Amino acid sequence: MPEMLVPPPQADESLLVIVPAFNEEAAVGRVVRDIHAAMPGTPVLVIDDCSIDATQVVAREAGARVLALPHHLGLGGCVQAGYKLAFELGYRYVIRVDGDGQHDARDIPRVFHALRTSGCEMVIGSRFLDGNGSSSGAVRGIGIRFFRMVLRPILGQAVHDPTSGFVGVNSNALQVFSKSFPLEYPEIEALVVLQRKRFRFMEIPCQMHPRTTGRSSITAVRSMYYIVHVLLGVFVNVLKFDQRARRPPKPGKS
Amino acid sequence: MDRLLNALTVVSVLLLLLVLSSVRRAHIRVEYSVSWLLAAVALLILSRSRGLLEAASHKLGLSDPPLALLLVIGCVFLLMFYRFSVIISKLRDDNIALAQRLAILEYHLQTFRDGQPHV
Repeated sequence: MPEMLVPPPQADESLLVIVPAFNEEAAVGRVVRDIHAAMPGTPVLVIDDCSIDATQVVAREAGARVLALPHHLGLGGCVQAGYKLAFELGYRYVIRVDGDGQHDARDIPRVFHALRTSGCEMVIGSRFLDGNGSSSGAVRGIGIRFFRMVLRPILGQAVHDPTSGFVGVNSNALQVFSKSFPLEYPEIEALVVLQRKRFRFMEIPCQMHPRTTGRSSITAVRSMYYIVHVLLGVFVNVLKFDQRARRPPKPGKS
Repeated sequence: MDRLLNALTVVSVLLLLLVLSSVRRAHIRVEYSVSWLLAAVALLILSRSRGLLEAASHKLGLSDPPLALLLVIGCVFLLMFYRFSVIISKLRDDNIALAQRLAILEYHLQTFRDGQPHV
């Protein structure tokens, strides 16, 4: 029987691992088992984005709880549903691992440790900190380098892997994301949203395996759309929060 | 010029009839038909009032009234597309929030049905 999503007795340390998945029946079972092996006793929630294959069944058989979306929302809506449930259930930390098996579950304890000890609101598992970034394609690699350049002045610090889906957040970020989260290609915009809230993030080196099943949603053709979409989202977020910052304080308030 | 205006009159009337018929059959909600009806009426008035069209082209600094007509039509439909983009965006946001809420409630219900302790 899948384990319950009940926070452990030390509520301050409660961790939920969420796995957004769409048609990942071939990989999601192993992903869940690997997480359980790396983090025994930690509940795993697979968020099924209305798959048409047996993703839900495989995930349950592997011991995960499943949050089944009634129709396809895309990655951002799918991840946010997990954040919302985690926030409602009072989890202190949430780590997101993709359902395609590219992230190494053995890195989860290090991400969790960094979340608890660094004081950062977000910890990103980076493919590029230890030179293990060769698994990303050429077009994607160019996109990542481009966004590193764009994000550097906005974030005020370097980010090596802004498109990483291997991300841990604490309850402060969880509260923000449960209310507002980018819907398409959320990773980069989410960084800007957090930075505008003056939250901190850090990266730690992680392994990335090549995808063995299914196909990435970001093909070479869609990369251009991705760049334009994300760029627009980044600047909209910057403008939105700058306007708020410029708004004069109400009379009588310090 | 006259041919163009006559054609525009026919198109405007057809648009009016189509929208009214769609509202009657509940294919379009009344609040969303208002934009279309206003656009159709505006085009109808422009197509039947040559003086108004010439005045508009003069104001816009255009020597050719049909150009002014095209400009007005373009602006009307740009505004409508913008309005519908706003509406669609809001509906999409609402739809996502509802889908997430439904999924979470179903999750809680399933947990309750399975007899597992609720958090």
